[in-house]
Amino acid sequence: MAEGRLTALHVGEEREEGGALLTTLDSVINWARKNSLWPMPMGLSCCAIEFMAAAASRFDISRFGAEVARFSPKQADVMIVAGTMTYKMGEAVRRLYDQMAEPKWVIAMGACASSAGMFRTYSVMQGIDHIVPVDYYIPGCPPRPEMLLNALIELQKRVGEDRSFRRTNAGLMLGTKT
Amino acid sequence: MTAENPSPESPAVAAIRSRWPDAVRDVAVNAGQFRVTIPREKLIEILTALRDDPVLKFDFLVDLTAIDLSPAVPRFRMVYVLRSMTRREELVLKCEVPEDDCRVPSAHELYRCVNAMERECYDMFGIHFTGHPDLRRILMPEMFTDFPLRKDFPMVGKMSDQEWAEWIVARAQRTEGDPA
Repeated sequence: MAEGRLTALHVGEEREEGGALLTTLDSVINWARKNSLWPMPMGLSCCAIEFMAAAASRFDISRFGAEVARFSPKQADVMIVAGTMTYKMGEAVRRLYDQMAEPKWVIAMGACASSAGMFRTYSVMQGIDHIVPVDYYIPGCPPRPEMLLNALIELQKRVGEDRSFRRTNAGLMLGTKT
Repeated sequence: MTAENPSPESPAVAAIRSRWPDAVRDVAVNAGQFRVTIPREKLIEILTALRDDPVLKFDFLVDLTAIDLSPAVPRFRMVYVLRSMTRREELVLKCEVPEDDCRVPSAHELYRCVNAMERECYDMFGIHFTGHPDLRRILMPEMFTDFPLRKDFPMVGKMSDQEWAEWIVARAQRTEGDPA
């Protein structure tokens, strides 16, 4: 790691002595975590299209280290629930969330994932936070790709401040209902 | 059949009339499409004839659905949309289904595509298709007991999100091989 780059990365408490870097484990782990948040896209409806736009070159989610969309929950860090979650689909969402390795985060993308949007019906769950802890809610129907990027940046800030070894089942504090 | 050249009677309707004089209870026409109401008992017979007739050749079932007409009696109406791919003509068959005897003969031996359509119709309206090989719910979960497109079903459903969440979590935690 080059000297100048370390300062820009805000790795806490660093100082260089004889080629050695002193810092805290939390800082290094969080720095790695927040810059490689691999998303698992739960593309349940039209918000998934906006996610695709965010992943494509114009908006380019890889600028934030989150371009590696993993369709296996075991390789993913942040589940982006993009779309309308029916009760029946809830089983798959919850099962995939359970299979993700800790630490894991959830972004509720769009009105439907946050609160079912316009669907107050017998088949649609009124917000995914009934079954998974949500770290970040994105409003909009659908939200612009910039809003997803903003959520990702906010999530990165939070991950950077987290105690890397002491994440509880309650999830991160922001917006966590369950 | 075109709107510019309206015919008083489609060949299909005429064919049904000639073979089953009492079966045609009502004929309506809209945009060149004939809609014939027939009795439920004659449904499979007439569908078979329309499909196998060398002239009519209604070889494609476009759609199958039901309508809840409550509080009218009989309550339900089945709708079969047939199409002849060679003659480019559509025909709608309708038949009435009473609430206390909510069953219709399955057409899966005539048109294999109705398998899923009849399951959906059963799922949404609770109409039983006698002879269907696998009449299960298709959209709603198996444990669901209501029929959501019936008019007396509340649109927001009967289960709370809390109850659904408990069901979802229990389902998500079961391992392979557990009963559904």
